[in-house]
Amino acid sequence: MGLLSKKDRKLILDPLADDNPITIQVLGICSALAITAQLKASIVMTVSVIFVLGLGNVVISLIRNIIPSKIRIIVQLTVVAALVIIVDQVLKAYSYQLSKELGAFIGLIITNCIIMGRFEAFALGNGPWKSFLDGIGNALGYGVILIIVGFFRELLGSGTLLGYKVLGDPITKTGVYAFGYENNGFMLLAPMALIVVGIIIWVQRSRNKALIED
Amino acid sequence: MGLKNKLHDLKVKYQGKKMAPAFNAIHTFLYAPNETTHSGSHIRGADDLKRTMNTVIMAMVPCLIFGMFNAGYQHNLALGEIVKSSGFLGETFWTLDNLVIGLWKVLPLVVVSYGVGLLIEFIFAVIKGHEVEEGYLVTGMLVPLIVPVDIPLWMLAVAVSFGVVIGKEVFGGTGMNILNPALTIRAFLFFAYPTWMSGDKVWVHGAVERAGTPDAISGETILGGLAQNKGALGYDVMDMFYGIIPGSVGETSALLILLGGLFLVFTKIGSWRIMLSSVIGALVMGLIFNWVIDVDVITESSKFYGLMSLPFWHHLLIGGFAFGTVFMATDPVTASQTNKGKWIYGFLIGFISIMIRVFNPAYPEGVMLAILLMNVFAPTIDHYVVQANVKKRLKRAKVKTA
Repeated sequence: MGLLSKKDRKLILDPLADDNPITIQVLGICSALAITAQLKASIVMTVSVIFVLGLGNVVISLIRNIIPSKIRIIVQLTVVAALVIIVDQVLKAYSYQLSKELGAFIGLIITNCIIMGRFEAFALGNGPWKSFLDGIGNALGYGVILIIVGFFRELLGSGTLLGYKVLGDPITKTGVYAFGYENNGFMLLAPMALIVVGIIIWVQRSRNKALIED
Repeated sequence: MGLKNKLHDLKVKYQGKKMAPAFNAIHTFLYAPNETTHSGSHIRGADDLKRTMNTVIMAMVPCLIFGMFNAGYQHNLALGEIVKSSGFLGETFWTLDNLVIGLWKVLPLVVVSYGVGLLIEFIFAVIKGHEVEEGYLVTGMLVPLIVPVDIPLWMLAVAVSFGVVIGKEVFGGTGMNILNPALTIRAFLFFAYPTWMSGDKVWVHGAVERAGTPDAISGETILGGLAQNKGALGYDVMDMFYGIIPGSVGETSALLILLGGLFLVFTKIGSWRIMLSSVIGALVMGLIFNWVIDVDVITESSKFYGLMSLPFWHHLLIGGFAFGTVFMATDPVTASQTNKGKWIYGFLIGFISIMIRVFNPAYPEGVMLAILLMNVFAPTIDHYVVQANVKKRLKRAKVKTA
């Protein structure tokens, strides 16, 4: 990778595992529990957050020297809100059904603490290129967990992946349903998403002992 | 003596190795270990964990045996092959036919529950390098008693692994868990596979396969009937007390649960404070509902009428209330530890059980959720009881110095 220096690579790769926003910093849990009942929604949410956080970090980084620090939070909010509205309108225009399913949660990207967190912690003190990489990296780290959780919840809860019936049809009893298998309704409820995130944290920390806190 | 010596040899051979806890557990479970002390004055506590657990299991055995007979009896009765048993010793109840069906249905539940649960306990003991703990012995017995008789075995296996890992092992094993593992297992089943845990089909063996065919049989529980304002489905109070009614495997017979409870209180294993206070809590809530009916706030057109108008003390006899109170609320790990705390904890369990039972038709039984909820609050109750005591004594100390 000649494109990125070692430091830049670290900005993208660290949030994917050892500094993951969800499993290590435990931010953005609310949306991770709310929209992961289906894999498709998780992917759309991931793409939206990549767009908002990547672009938002760049914008904040560009204007970081002219924002009066007393009103920086409100400026940041304005930037996020503008980007979220763009995402929302694009979804409404090109994928109305999905936009209805995701409902308020696209709008609530504004309140996702990962975004404000990165603005505050990184974009206000670094140049636009670095901020862009940091934004993409953190959004990807968030998205990886979302997609893992969404994968298991949709597969075990509905027996489908992206809407395709991978385990057979529960009504006409084909595939594994012919052997008496049944969907696990608990997987579709938010408490189970929390447990799945907990299991991911458990697995991650038992593989890398350096992450265990006292 | 052959097996014992072989196990001892294995134990010595694997000393300090990874698999050691597994062999040690089998050895100490079956025999007295070779390393017991023989001379000198040693104080031995008779109430160690193993004995405590075994006492609870002994208290549950009558419920299990009754549950087997009842499973067969309900099946045969629904098929119309036998007539309704008259009383506890009715001749159509304690028959070999009923027992055979019951054994056939209930024993696999016991085997799966113990097999899967103990396997996970062994795996965790080997990974973490500690001794296998006895905690699962009681849980493994409770689980088959609180599930419907026709629950598919793989579902039970999935639920047991979930309950043991998430309910107990992640917190550090026996004695560290916040929630009662048996109830965690039941709650998992309830939310994951609701069609197998509620409704009018699962409580009688054979009703599920026959649904929709001309041979269909119904297995509505009394609670289900009351929740739909259909009355007590023709069961009288003595049926409820003896437990000759449809329900989960081992929780129908209030009589045998009462005997088990007395046995636990007598052996000082179970807390009488929790049992008594939760009965009081249930009666108070039942009385409140009866009073609401008396002053005509709720009329017969209401969907709550059936359960609210039930005479308040009948609540103790139907559903899983008695079983939950005696065997699950008294779990020494998850209950309150202080005596005053036990009164509050038990009272709220009874109170909330009946409230959920009446107000939430989606959960026709409330005792499971009430106990889990109070498990979570038990440490808080203890904290305030202890703090109140500290405050009281500080006050006394100040008065003396003044």
